[in-house]
Amino acid sequence: MATRTVSITVNGETHTRDVEPRLLLVHFLRENLDLTGTHIGCDTSNCGACTVLLDGKSIKSCTLLAVQAHGKAVTTIEGVAQGGQLHPLQEGFKEKHGLQCGFCTPGMVMRAVELLDKNPDPTEDDIRWGISGNLCRCTGYVNIVKAIQYAAEKMQAEEAVEA
Amino acid sequence: MIPAPFDYHTPSSLDEALSLLQEYGYEAKILTGGQSLLPMMKLRLAEPEHIIDLNGIPGLAYIREEDGHVKIGALTREAEMEESALIRAKLPILHDTGKLIADPQVRNLGTLGGNLAHGDPGNDHPATMLALGARVVAIGPNGQRAIPVTEFFVDFYTTALEPEEILTEIQIPLPPPGSGGAYLKLERKVGDYATAGVAAQVTIDATGRCTEAGIGLTNVSYVPVKATDAEARLRGSTLSEVDLNEAAGLAAAASRPSSDLRGSEEYKRAMVRVLTKRALQRAIARARG
Ligand SMILES: Cc1cc2nc3c(=O)[nH]c(=O)nc-3n(C[C@H](O)[C@H](O)[C@H](O)COP(=O)(O)OP(=O)(O)OC[C@H]3O[C@@H](n4cnc5c(N)ncnc54)[C@H](O)[C@@H]3O)c2cc1C
Ligand code: FES
Ligand code: FES
Repeated sequence: MATRTVSITVNGETHTRDVEPRLLLVHFLRENLDLTGTHIGCDTSNCGACTVLLDGKSIKSCTLLAVQAHGKAVTTIEGVAQGGQLHPLQEGFKEKHGLQCGFCTPGMVMRAVELLDKNPDPTEDDIRWGISGNLCRCTGYVNIVKAIQYAAEKMQAEEAVEA
Repeated sequence: MIPAPFDYHTPSSLDEALSLLQEYGYEAKILTGGQSLLPMMKLRLAEPEHIIDLNGIPGLAYIREEDGHVKIGALTREAEMEESALIRAKLPILHDTGKLIADPQVRNLGTLGGNLAHGDPGNDHPATMLALGARVVAIGPNGQRAIPVTEFFVDFYTTALEPEEILTEIQIPLPPPGSGGAYLKLERKVGDYATAGVAAQVTIDATGRCTEAGIGLTNVSYVPVKATDAEARLRGSTLSEVDLNEAAGLAAAASRPSSDLRGSEEYKRAMVRVLTKRALQRAIARARG
């Protein structure tokens, strides 16, 4: 079966590779690009550990072919910190103890990036609905909710200063 | 889990997609959101030799009001429907349904056309489309045809679509004034497929009489079920407590659930009765504004 040439911009850098069409995006990221921050939990589209942004929208990279991302922009957990500064969400998970083993964290953060992009001032209910596709076996979610609230407040405060 | 090998095609027009489908027939599968197809391919429950990705064809994602219908392009994503002011205002039942499907990441990719074309009795949109009296438009080598949803779900994972046909649009008649609808779903956890789901749509005239009723059931048979006896029981009635109870009983009788991890046959049938009554109550409240 024929391979395909894909060009995918990952965290701002464009990578061109010949791939088998059946290669999943998560394997492209982890194995072809050595970006192992994106995790594989369930491999059945249920846990959200593999969540990345595709043109700004959160998707499960275990359920998307790399060829489907051709010509698009992908953002992974490795791409959210800017200029050596943690993203407010990363800072929030650290400050509010939003992780224990950390396995779900990259997916949680990437999902929360889109959540706050669409809804900068979410209620607790919005956050819980918003992360309903991400499973955490450790924290009980309470501190994950607090971490996202922390980031929302910080990002709004920063926005207010800029305005 | 990795799918079996396949060749990947990216047509840029419907004509090109149709000729690929004619060339490869049963060996080919259309890919839109991939949220049902890719999990099946990873489990090797499906091993198509050719994947025809429709996402590069422009003009297949839209939501618009036209000729007394809400028309939705087959490649419209769940997330786009969730944010549509038109759907929120005119078809609250559809807004209810979308919100209960899977999770935000799956809804960013999953399409309305794929949800119907998959023919999965566990999918939520089929029941809602049955309650709303929708029809789908398909294009094939011999041109275009409209298929009422009542004729669309033929068997387990089998629809009226031919292998060389593409579903392009869903057409929902705009409910007349005095209408309301609601979708309720019992699930083990957020994002799960339904243990049972009920879509109810009613129209009430100025005297308080029910002039039209549509009821669709999710995941309680090998196909999505239209509860026609329950609908007939409501038409012409004043939607009293007794009317609702009897209709709910008829809907439960129309279901053919099987016992599985989500519950026993008896339990699911009982839940259809409970959910039908509650969905009707919410639909009636919305119809009365
Ligand atoms: C974790 C998870 C949970 C889910 N939970 C739910 C749920 O609770 N309720 C629910 O309803 N769904 C659920 N789904 C399914 C999801 O909604 C799918 O997106 C949907 O069923 C299929 O849409 P798709 O666009 O992804 O189609 P695809 O997966 O791309 O295709 C599905 C099938 O339809 C065919 N097809 C697709 N588009 C067309 C077209 N335009 N013309 C002809 N044939 C076409 C394909 O060939 C394929 O056979 C879930 C999925 C996941 C991964
Ligand atoms: S690994 Fe992709 S959703 Fe679990
Ligand atoms: S921190 Fe361990 S799974 Fe979430």
